[in-house]
Amino acid sequence: MEVEILARIQFAFTIAFHYIYPPLSIGLGLIMVIMEGLYLKTHNKIYEKMARFWTRIFALTFGIGVATGIVMEFEFGTNWATYSKFVGDVFGSALAAEGIFAFALESGFLGILLFGWNRVSKMVHFIATLGVWLGSMFSAVWIVVANSWQQTPAGYHIVGTGMAARAEITDFWAMVFNPSSVDRLLHVWVGAILAGAFLVLSVHAYYLIRNRYVELSQKAFKIALVVAAVFSFSQLLTGHKAAIGVAENQPAKLAAFEGHFYSLAVADMYLFGWVDKENQKVSGPKIPGGLSFLTSFDFKTPLKGINYFPVDEQVPQVNAVFQFYHIMITLGMTMIGLTLLACWLWFRKKLFRYQWLLWLFVFAVFLPQIANQVGWFAAEMGRQPWVVYGLLRTSDAFSKSVHANEIVFSLIMFAFIYVLLFTLFIYLLDRKIKHGPYDESEEEDRPLQREIAEILEHR
Amino acid sequence: MEFLHDIDYPTVWFLVVGALFSGYVILDGFDLGAGAWHLFFRTEESRRIALNAIGPVWDGNEVWLVIGGGALFAGFPILYASLFSAMYIPFMLFLAFLIFRAVSIEFRSKEPMLWWRKLWDICYSVSSAMLAFLLGVVLGNVLQGIAIDKDFEYQGSWLEFLNPYAIMVGFTSLALFMVHGAIYLAMKTEGRLFIKITTLLRRAILIFVAIFILTTGYTLLYIPHLSDHLLSNPVLFIVPVLAFLSIANIPRLVSKSRYLHAFLFSSLTMSLLLILVAIEIYPVMLPSTIDPAYSITVFNAASSVKSLQTMLIIVLIGGPLVAFYTFFVYKTFRGKVRLDDTSY
Repeated sequence: MEVEILARIQFAFTIAFHYIYPPLSIGLGLIMVIMEGLYLKTHNKIYEKMARFWTRIFALTFGIGVATGIVMEFEFGTNWATYSKFVGDVFGSALAAEGIFAFALESGFLGILLFGWNRVSKMVHFIATLGVWLGSMFSAVWIVVANSWQQTPAGYHIVGTGMAARAEITDFWAMVFNPSSVDRLLHVWVGAILAGAFLVLSVHAYYLIRNRYVELSQKAFKIALVVAAVFSFSQLLTGHKAAIGVAENQPAKLAAFEGHFYSLAVADMYLFGWVDKENQKVSGPKIPGGLSFLTSFDFKTPLKGINYFPVDEQVPQVNAVFQFYHIMITLGMTMIGLTLLACWLWFRKKLFRYQWLLWLFVFAVFLPQIANQVGWFAAEMGRQPWVVYGLLRTSDAFSKSVHANEIVFSLIMFAFIYVLLFTLFIYLLDRKIKHGPYDESEEEDRPLQREIAEILEHR
Repeated sequence: MEFLHDIDYPTVWFLVVGALFSGYVILDGFDLGAGAWHLFFRTEESRRIALNAIGPVWDGNEVWLVIGGGALFAGFPILYASLFSAMYIPFMLFLAFLIFRAVSIEFRSKEPMLWWRKLWDICYSVSSAMLAFLLGVVLGNVLQGIAIDKDFEYQGSWLEFLNPYAIMVGFTSLALFMVHGAIYLAMKTEGRLFIKITTLLRRAILIFVAIFILTTGYTLLYIPHLSDHLLSNPVLFIVPVLAFLSIANIPRLVSKSRYLHAFLFSSLTMSLLLILVAIEIYPVMLPSTIDPAYSITVFNAASSVKSLQTMLIIVLIGGPLVAFYTFFVYKTFRGKVRLDDTSY
């Protein structure tokens, strides 16, 4: 038990930390592609400045993403040996495809993206940026496919028995397109794009508040706002689609999402609440029959509740799963509201008039980040007690030959390294933001920012 | 069992994994080696040039580790699980140094303060050297065998990885990487740094040869199972002979200042030594010191033929693509290092 819980804490900690960065790479990648595309189309230097500025921040997130990502691959073997033996045959191929199709594309072109500005033509550089972005998108494909297979296994058969049992692939495409992979992939992609878009919004809102780089920041803010608005709304659809998938394929997880205890009863939907597992009660404002309605468009449909399942197949941490799921939804709705408000003000030509709106956007950078984190917490904790749904229990999956004190050592090591890494990341991000899109030598050539701001204000 | 042109799939995949690891040590080998030399350069300019010599490519090189690791996981899940959980501490240290190294490269140039740069220089150089060393340590343990039982579970203690033979192989790989890295730097630099690195290179070759002979001697004397295959099939002696010739060719080319050729030969040396390792242990991949019957082999650790076939298709499609853009990147950044506003 001790080894299991330590291994779980370490994996949860290292993957949660890792997951700050790849979504930023995916999201910033898209924004950089748009910026460079506009530069190619309009030849306006301002778009090049923007793209170069965001490339520098991208480099920071990408570097940390790679370094913390290799940790995940290794931990499968070091801490989850039984799990690796069980799944290796099946999603070995997904991981191999990730490495060779996605990650290599991404890292190969990264050199040109970062260091090639003065060495290759604009068009080749644009292609490199596109390659890096597509690489990061493909990367998500294979990782989400592998994870989705753990949620809804397909295209395999079981060989061997007891602790030697393992899944063998029988149909590659059935494994790739397992029942949850497409829904979850879209949901993950959109979440990642939102993380990048909201970072761009945040930084340029900050510049606008400080009256720095006003012209550039207004253009960049609008680009990111369009992306954020479109994808915030899309996330509602992908989220809904994913939830219907959960209802079909992982009813125990759906029951935990809403704290729905009674077997085959109409299920309610809560705005927020608190789950009392002992008394099987949830307190909070609810829409009666809401969950039933969402899954079938009928308030009367009975759904399988937590008690429908044997005790050893119920989600152990119902309240935590409930909370994470609801935080994710609340944050998603907030993003939709915020971007709609900004778009409406833009339509009324008042987008940059209100300081409070800009301040909201400065802090809104945390919304998609927290939503991404808690969304994964809900997805992974909602799968418990299974590591591979219905096939392999988490309590059977860890490495038997690793001792608790070894994991304590590595856990302390990772905690130390990641705290240091995060501090440096924030420090350097801050430096880069304060430095801004222009080099010092160019600073003098430009007219005063405040004057431009005033001219624009009175236009 | 199914075959692909007379070779069974697990063996094909063993060769694929071998080729990927070979690609990894050749590519990441030179940037780890270059990193290990870093503190030998005294001036800020030299250090910047040395760092930027690997600047645009080190990240791409590390991808080969991810792919190689993925291929091992996919092709031989049982080996992956047993080896990684048995070598828990070295792999965790490996990860720590890998992160420190990446961070040092990224962060060093972000501040101009002397103490900042010195700190990251030390961090970068030490972690590069330790990574090269740890790779050798793990290889040493694999060659020698570890205490795995009939369920392929490790039964040894957590400190056993640090045995004399593993340490020797660790130093061998560090020395080889440093020779390789020095040749790369000689190829990419000019002026003061070039003069410095060529002097260091000559010494490094001597040190490598000395360590290599020592390790080979130890292997022949104390780990007899590693020479069984060669003795029973003398034709295979061609591989160690070629490896020795390839090593001997390096100082010859260096003395003629033909660094590109020297680099090709140090790459060849690395490949030949890995082929030698493969010949020595195949079909075993991880010998058991408890009972040879418990050893993990290509056959008892492999994924299903279906899985191996699928991945072979993936590699056959993806491999040329990777080769293409690796080539393109190296072509873009060919020639001696020039520092500009995008440099580290």
